[in-house]
Amino acid sequence: MSAVLDTHGHGDHEHGDHDHHGHGPTGLMRWITTTNHKDIGTMYLWFSFIMFLVGGVMALVIRAELFQPGLQLVQPEFFNQMTTMHGLIMVFGAIMPAFVGFANWLIPMQIGAPDMAFARMNNWSFWILPFAGALLVLSFFTPGGAPGVGWTLYAPLTIQMGMGMDLTIFAVHLLGMSSIMGSINIVTTILNMRAPGMTLMRMPLFCWTWLITGYLLIATMPVLAGAVTMTLTDRHFGTSFFNAAGGGDPVLYQHIFWFFGHPEVYIIALPAFGVISQVIPAFSRKPLFGYASMVYATSAIAILSFIVWAHHMYVTGLPIGTQLFFMYATILIAVPTGVKVFNWVATMWQGSLTFETPMLFALGFLFLFTLGGFSGLVLALAPVDIQLQETYYVVAHFHYVMVAGALFSAFSGVYFWLPKWTGKMYDETLGKWHFWLSMIFFNMIFFVQHFLGLAGMPRRIPDYNLMFETWNKISSIGAFGFGLTQLLLLYIVLKTIRSGEKAPQMPWEGADSLEWTHLPTPAPHHSFETPPVLK
Amino acid sequence: MAQTTSHAGQKYYVPQPMAWPILGSIALFLMALGGVFAMNSMSTGWIAFSSGVMLILFMLFRWFGAVIAESESGKYAAQEDLSFRWGMSWFIFSEVMFFAGFFGALYWARVQSVPDLASMLHSETLWPGFTEHWPSAGPGFTEKFTPMGAWGIPAINTLLLLSSGVTLTIAHHALKENHRGRLNLFLFLTVALGAVFIVLQGYEYSHAYSELNLKLSTGVYGSTFFMLTGFHGFHVTMGAIMLVVVLVRCMKGHFRPDHHFAFEAVAWYWHFVDVVWLGLFVLVYWL
Repeated sequence: MSAVLDTHGHGDHEHGDHDHHGHGPTGLMRWITTTNHKDIGTMYLWFSFIMFLVGGVMALVIRAELFQPGLQLVQPEFFNQMTTMHGLIMVFGAIMPAFVGFANWLIPMQIGAPDMAFARMNNWSFWILPFAGALLVLSFFTPGGAPGVGWTLYAPLTIQMGMGMDLTIFAVHLLGMSSIMGSINIVTTILNMRAPGMTLMRMPLFCWTWLITGYLLIATMPVLAGAVTMTLTDRHFGTSFFNAAGGGDPVLYQHIFWFFGHPEVYIIALPAFGVISQVIPAFSRKPLFGYASMVYATSAIAILSFIVWAHHMYVTGLPIGTQLFFMYATILIAVPTGVKVFNWVATMWQGSLTFETPMLFALGFLFLFTLGGFSGLVLALAPVDIQLQETYYVVAHFHYVMVAGALFSAFSGVYFWLPKWTGKMYDETLGKWHFWLSMIFFNMIFFVQHFLGLAGMPRRIPDYNLMFETWNKISSIGAFGFGLTQLLLLYIVLKTIRSGEKAPQMPWEGADSLEWTHLPTPAPHHSFETPPVLK
Repeated sequence: MAQTTSHAGQKYYVPQPMAWPILGSIALFLMALGGVFAMNSMSTGWIAFSSGVMLILFMLFRWFGAVIAESESGKYAAQEDLSFRWGMSWFIFSEVMFFAGFFGALYWARVQSVPDLASMLHSETLWPGFTEHWPSAGPGFTEKFTPMGAWGIPAINTLLLLSSGVTLTIAHHALKENHRGRLNLFLFLTVALGAVFIVLQGYEYSHAYSELNLKLSTGVYGSTFFMLTGFHGFHVTMGAIMLVVVLVRCMKGHFRPDHHFAFEAVAWYWHFVDVVWLGLFVLVYWL
């Protein structure tokens, strides 16, 4: 789309370099006090990577214990704490901040804005995160340890946990505050900070997906805050929200949680779609196929995401009519998602394709996310789900969406924009190694878990029947391979920053959004102090 | 100071680096940690919690002070103003959703869980003799309690809040027509009505605890009653504090007929609190 944009402003900002406005604090204080969207984006991305490693180590503890049947390494309680914290940290600490990092870096540049609408609040949104992460980690050191209730924090188990549960509740509150402030900032920036001529329907799709994600976050995060607040008062102040003896109901927690939880899936997936929608056209050297239908499909997914939550609850005794409603509504989501997948494939059709690392990860995303979507359709069917509930089939399904979907898309985005961020090129050979190893090990971990789940292996249990041993061994080996492979990413990024070759102005000739066409590489510390001229 | 040109030809104000956000994060951390310790009967928790509260109040005071100073020195033009408007609107939307969660719990208790516990399935086995009624504190609750009636203090409070909405609107018109005397008078009246509301709400709570035996722990009725009205009362208190700040600013001569975002933001917030109250009055007190 931005092919129609004038490249007038090109080169106007060559001298807008770091020191140009360097009156602010330096060293550590620069990062603590910064109001610059690029600094804050960088911090989000590094925080997310650190949390990714922390959550990854927890996953490896889980997989090490499951390497063979019987209890080897950890106690069941600790195993439960690992599954809980792995989920919470990966969702709230790794994947969500990663995409907020992308949003911070890219949205102002892609819409031609000088910075985020609320630059100081942007800083606060980020700096709440490390403290919330600290609360989560601290819960391990309290009597009774971290909560071992699963990341969904279901009542009534959460009413019985120790002090670690309270720390987790407050961590969720802080994470929610951070997300709400961050989303208000992003939505306001997109609505009010676009350069003249950058109409909504000319925005890069990444901005569109974040506009809708921001809306979902603002709508659902407060509901999660309410849910954990009720848990807290049930624990300490004698309320009976989730206590049947007092007229309450534990199932109520599940309804409130999943009213947040299902849109949360799209909060994670939509920005990933946005990244893919930037990468695939760039490496196909064609504009995105069906731009408008992408926007409508994204909106449709967001609206539908509010009326499908009970498909997580088919076994809670829902009336048949309710089950049918949620089943059909869930299946309906396959339509706009199908539109998206079709558009990505159609974008590649007759394009002059090349397969650098960002494109490889985007294609990996396309294949595996679609597979995850299909297993989602399987699980959406109430009669089937009643068989598969709480089995490894569910674990396999959502890891296809979360890891091969969201995480691969984040990897794709990192390789795609690394030249823009650092001004240097990453090592293409190592990047390809990272992709292929991730791809192989990912499928080794999770593809076999479909078989385990169909055969009836329950999730969140540290021991299993002997007959599940072979697939579990393969899965565990894959997990360690996948974990080690991610250190390669760290090495590649550090190597790029320290000794990468200088990146050309347009490392990807097919890229056409403003950060490529209207700004130098690397992007200057302050971009678009004067708005770009667009036709 | 990085100021940049916006499309109207003015500069979009991008503020300098500052330390208030990190102080806010430390304060939140202290409040969370202190709160957890205090809830688990560790007295040191209160020290951490209250220092967190003081720190966040200090931070908010300074941060808002900085923003007010920037506004008064003319750093905000039309585009910044619109950003603030979007920001406040989305914030109020998030608050609506927060209350929606608790209204959802009330709905669930009244329509689903209490009738279900009284249904044949449970009343024949788990909870013999439990019948469906509302207000209900559930089958396991044996003490007697009196539910809060709608037509005493709550009705008066409804009148108070609705009138405060009217006085606030009169104040807003006065500001737009630059009648500063009328503005200050009606804004003061709004604050006063809000304050009386809070006092009456406090009296209602003490009445509930001392005479009606209605407590936070009175089953699901007490839970939803106190959590909904309590969070609402907290929001009224916040709104009243915001109104006081705006009143002080008005008396200092801040705001112009065409430039008074803070006034409008607080007014929106106050009307939001008002609307939530109407929901509470109908669904918690009345029906």
